[in-house]
Amino acid sequence: MSSLTQQAAAHQAATVRRRWLLKAPALLTIILASVGPLSVMLVYSIMAKGSFGGVNLGQLSFDGWMNVFVERDPFDDTLVLADANLLILWRSIRLALITTIATLLVGFPTAYYIATRPEHIRSQWMLLITIPFWTNLLIRTFAIMGLLSNQGPINNFLIWIGVIDTPIQMLFTDGAVLLGLVYVYLPLMVLPIYSSLERMDFNLVEAGYDLYATRLKVLWHIVIPSCKPGIIAGSILVFIPAIGAYVTPRVLGGGKNMMMGNLIELQFGQGRNWPLGAALSICLLLIVTAALIFYIRASSAKDISHGH
Amino acid sequence: MATKAKAFDLKAQPGFSAIARIAVVSLYLPIIILVVFSFNATSSLGVWGGFSFGWFVMAWHNDLIINAALFSLFLATVAGVFATIMATMAAIAMTRSDAYRGQTISYALINQPLIVPEIVTAISLLIVFAAVKSATGYSGTGYLVIAHTAFCIPFAYLPIRARLEGMDLNLETAAADLYADPWKTFVHVTLPRLGPGIVAGFMLAFVVSLDDVVITDLVKSGGQETLPTFMLGQIRRDMTPEVNAAATMLLIPSILLVTAVHLINRKK
Amino acid sequence: MRILWTTLAAGAFLAAASGVAIAEEPVLSLYNFGNYTSPELLEKFKKETGIAVTVTDYDSNDTALAKVRAGGSGFDMVVPGANFVPIWIAESLLLESRPDQMPNFKNVEENWVNVDWDPGRHYSVPWQWGMIGPVVATSFYKGDINTSAIWLDPPAELKGKINVAPEKNDVLYAAIKYMGGEWCTGDKELLKKVRDKLIEAKESWVSMDYGIEKMDSRDTLAQLYYNGAAYRARKVNADIKLGFPKEGYSLFMDSVAILADAPHPENAKAFLNFIMAPENAALISNFATYANGIKGSSAFMSEDLKSAPELNISSEHLAAAGWQQVCPTDVDELYTRIWTDLLK
Repeated sequence: MSSLTQQAAAHQAATVRRRWLLKAPALLTIILASVGPLSVMLVYSIMAKGSFGGVNLGQLSFDGWMNVFVERDPFDDTLVLADANLLILWRSIRLALITTIATLLVGFPTAYYIATRPEHIRSQWMLLITIPFWTNLLIRTFAIMGLLSNQGPINNFLIWIGVIDTPIQMLFTDGAVLLGLVYVYLPLMVLPIYSSLERMDFNLVEAGYDLYATRLKVLWHIVIPSCKPGIIAGSILVFIPAIGAYVTPRVLGGGKNMMMGNLIELQFGQGRNWPLGAALSICLLLIVTAALIFYIRASSAKDISHGH
Repeated sequence: MATKAKAFDLKAQPGFSAIARIAVVSLYLPIIILVVFSFNATSSLGVWGGFSFGWFVMAWHNDLIINAALFSLFLATVAGVFATIMATMAAIAMTRSDAYRGQTISYALINQPLIVPEIVTAISLLIVFAAVKSATGYSGTGYLVIAHTAFCIPFAYLPIRARLEGMDLNLETAAADLYADPWKTFVHVTLPRLGPGIVAGFMLAFVVSLDDVVITDLVKSGGQETLPTFMLGQIRRDMTPEVNAAATMLLIPSILLVTAVHLINRKK
Repeated sequence: MRILWTTLAAGAFLAAASGVAIAEEPVLSLYNFGNYTSPELLEKFKKETGIAVTVTDYDSNDTALAKVRAGGSGFDMVVPGANFVPIWIAESLLLESRPDQMPNFKNVEENWVNVDWDPGRHYSVPWQWGMIGPVVATSFYKGDINTSAIWLDPPAELKGKINVAPEKNDVLYAAIKYMGGEWCTGDKELLKKVRDKLIEAKESWVSMDYGIEKMDSRDTLAQLYYNGAAYRARKVNADIKLGFPKEGYSLFMDSVAILADAPHPENAKAFLNFIMAPENAALISNFATYANGIKGSSAFMSEDLKSAPELNISSEHLAAAGWQQVCPTDVDELYTRIWTDLLK
């Protein structure tokens, strides 16, 4: 009897050990090359800055954090609000939110349309949606640059049909960055919405029409609520990379329309203010974490309200 | 004739079909333009000057581009294989069990590379790896391999885990009942059925590695230029359709791989 | 499917095998600005010495400095700009390789020997040199282009169509001169005016980015950019001209130097000596279209380039040119602040 429990306990312990051994390589790699190095940011953000970049290790200073919000005017030495940082922070949040909404507005109808096709056509549509996502981000961004150029196809087309007679400046604007972000992240919105729509029970829709609901009402009261998890997942999948985007604003923003990623890079490069760069990195991480917590809350709240 | 109303389509929503079609066309428009201009006879990326293979020939004879492309493929293969093996092991440990202590934290760790902005990871890695590089004197490809492996793991993990969750345990239990040891059970029973998930996981990891530019740019040492970092370097100078040609050549393996994943997944 | 796997495996094996070869002797690693290194030059070097050179790109002096300074980069050679060389030397990042004692040093033009940033050339060898000035599409703007007003007080025709190269020192140098100051001035009153002028002018700029090809597509009609690039832009659109601002503009020279922790210093020395030969220096220029500072190299340069007005600065225009000395740290920090304020 007691030997049996012992055997069971030993077996249990062996299972636990085996489980951790199996996980160890993946977890260790991620700790070594992703999570661990992030702690460097924490340390660097509270050190004094070095004169040609870097930090003076061991010399504590909270200038980095202070400089996120306020800075000393270089000319009269007064403390002023670091409005440029806050402006870029606000622009990043705003662009990421608009990107999320725009991808949702385009992505939901697209996902819905695909999910309501016959099964064999559906998978071909999904292939079409995913191919661009797996082509190089830089290549796609270059492609958009060509598209928006003054002599690019859009301007040429508009001139050809006579809507305009001189090219519109589209490249290097907030609009160009936004378009690039929407383009790059659209598949990330379509995929999760599609998979939750695919499982939807269309009997509910039928019931709705039986009660003489309009198409819009059916959409709003039946379809959208039933694929809410997909919508939330898609929004988070778009919002997180969009707010930290670096390549897209750099190529399409022309160096004038920075987002957080570019501001951080500037501080580590030409700005030579590594502590500030580190503090800004942590701010960005906090925003992403807040978004994730919102996501987890939103998705678990849904489960509770439906009671399953 | 059309006097009889068309059968009422339960699933239709007005305008959705148009949006879906426009969305797909828009996704391809820039890529098509990029490919078209790689055949441009002049050096312009915006004005068509006639058809030519010149930029392909030039890119093909440019050792810098070819070396960068080969290195990209090498790195993606090695990191993809490592990430897939590790993700498979982790998925097996984490999916087929009841909730246990440390499960949530493991899951969060595995997915962590997905949520940290790339530029932040890249700069942290630059600082940490530089310290290791000067301490050890080793500046080989190992750093890029470990960095790429780390951010490829969550991508490899997703399809493998999905496949595992869909598999029933009966066969394994049967094998265990016949006193096959766990390793034999794994090799002869679990692995073959997990195959499509593993292949899909590897391919996702492979393409994600091939795609990376920010982390690679800050971690790379001498002679470790990948095609994306090479292209980033071109921004400073004039961009010519040579970059388009190189990009077009890189498109082909990506499209082949994604299509292959699609076909494999469909077979399951 | 099997074919795919075999191909991948073979690819991995080949790359791994070549990786092993790279770790061995006859190799050299050059860390340089993107698209700045002539492939022909490297081929010739390999043919003559058997040493294979790999090139890795950076996009700015600051990136290169940050990365090498962090340590363990594994590069052999780097190509910093003149105003960065003293920082590299002061931070003990460069090897004192004594190019001045190399056989081909006799080919270096006299005025590039005793340079401020590396007196007597104990560390570095000329790579290319040039200037930065307004590049203007003259069919859109007919006025005087020999002035920094092109981008600091832009005429109506050019407003909203101007690109400014995102290089701190080049931009600040021209702006300080335009406002009547001297380089390295710490005069806060003047610098405040410089900053305000830049921020005001920025409203008229469409971008602060690299890429002269935006002149080809007319996405920009004027740029503050480099003379070699202006030459290439003129080859595409004949109306594109380069101005030499009378208020003052800066010259630049990028020089090759060996890193203190270079794994292959002897190969690197062979390379430095190699590029001081006129026929080899000409290859650099033919590719990147800037002058190189090596006597007799023009004989091997393309006809076009030899006679290009962008590269042959007249003595009248040269009078307004100057060099960017390394400024005192506090001044430099002030300049950095002005620069980050402008970029944001």
